[in-house]
Amino acid sequence: MVCDGNEAAAWGVALSRPDVVAVYPITPQSSLAEYISQFVADGIIQADLMDVEGEHSVLSVLHGACLAGARTFTASCGQGLAFMFEPYFRTPPMRLPIVMSIVTRDGITPQCVWGGQQDAMTVREVGWVHMYCETVQEVLDTIVMAYKIAEHRDIMLPVNVNHDGNYLSYGVEKVTLPDQQEVDDFLGEKSTNWHVALDPERPMSVDPLTGGAEGAGPALFVRYRKGSCKAMQNALTVIQEVHEEWGRRFGRHYAPLVEEYRLEDAKYAIVTIGSMSGAGKDAVDLARESGEKVGLIRIKTVRPFPVQALRQALSKVKAVGVVDRAVSFGWNCGPMYQELLSTLYLLDERIPAVSFIGGLAGADITIEHFNRAIETTARALRGEEFSEPIWLNEND
Amino acid sequence: MRRQARKPFDESKIPNDLCPIATELIELKTGDWRAERPVVDRDKCVKCATCWLYCPTQCVQEKSTWFEANLEICKGCGICADECPHHAIVMKEELEE
Repeated sequence: MVCDGNEAAAWGVALSRPDVVAVYPITPQSSLAEYISQFVADGIIQADLMDVEGEHSVLSVLHGACLAGARTFTASCGQGLAFMFEPYFRTPPMRLPIVMSIVTRDGITPQCVWGGQQDAMTVREVGWVHMYCETVQEVLDTIVMAYKIAEHRDIMLPVNVNHDGNYLSYGVEKVTLPDQQEVDDFLGEKSTNWHVALDPERPMSVDPLTGGAEGAGPALFVRYRKGSCKAMQNALTVIQEVHEEWGRRFGRHYAPLVEEYRLEDAKYAIVTIGSMSGAGKDAVDLARESGEKVGLIRIKTVRPFPVQALRQALSKVKAVGVVDRAVSFGWNCGPMYQELLSTLYLLDERIPAVSFIGGLAGADITIEHFNRAIETTARALRGEEFSEPIWLNEND
Repeated sequence: MRRQARKPFDESKIPNDLCPIATELIELKTGDWRAERPVVDRDKCVKCATCWLYCPTQCVQEKSTWFEANLEICKGCGICADECPHHAIVMKEELEE
């Protein structure tokens, strides 16, 4: 079939057979909300669709549903995600395996309804697993995989499957729809509330006040924090296993954490995330034709941060340029650049790195932009220093 | 809605570093916060259980001929004193020890 990323996400949800879905529309996620509603109306998704008044209630409703044993889904972005933040922050430590699409959108203000990754990047430190897709097919496949990752006994964390607003939300591509029975076999029995539940047969108070500086002391709090951190590290392994199993069963293989493209003999590389990677690979191919030894590293999983996989990729090159679709206000660079710097510390040899910021406010990151990033990184390889970020769309 | 068969809980297989649940948090004594304590006049108490019903922390305990709050849990909110139809409960300030 042929569809856009928002419809593909809805098909991924349908194939995962959720019990409760709640979605409040917000650009550029709105058509995803409409597809979910249509699928429920048509019986393609046999779930309770909860109509609530805003994103805060959306996620709160899913908390209750998940605690009662339901497989759940929602999607949001931008200001909707901001309004959702209070229950969003509570979801990971309650260890609720909720799956949610962030159809990434730039942060306002300045007023902007277009794509960017500022929203998802801003909330990456909250405890959800974050995966960024490159293609429409990958959106569909990753939604299904996300349930298997989220509900894994060693994980029990919510998962965000992120796709770029505008470029993937409305971008139309050929998509293969997996067979329902094969998806059922892949996902197995759902498992959402074995550890904590709203269950009259086993009354319990869920997430009560733990001790702090006074009273019972912080030991319990620390134990649960450590538990969440451990689960995140476990996810590094599980995400790889689930992607491998998906490849075996469905024939579509994705790099689970970090994708290496033409890196074998590369002297330097461009780092990308999300849908821009397609143009990035084309630009790398073109540069290769003119003799440039350049490769590309795509980060798919941002949380947990794939330190070792990225370290392995970076150890093959002598200079790197990172193209971010968001900014880190306090670091005067892109957020992935900032995190890549931490990984560079683990390398035996220090290599130069350049921060590029592009695709803000829905701007396209074209092959020309990547050409510039590649040329600049080549100059960094030859010893030129770039202490300031390079804004790719500054004069567009 | 599709329903799944309920599996019985087996607590022993739940790691103790997932989500906090109340069964292991009884050591938190919310009574520490109290500024006023409810004092029951046992002569006036007719054991109607109004305080037991209204207590937000469900800390009111049944005694032989009266009800009274478990002071380790009672936060001193005063709802029981306010609701008692026989005015058998008064709130008295906690004095510094």
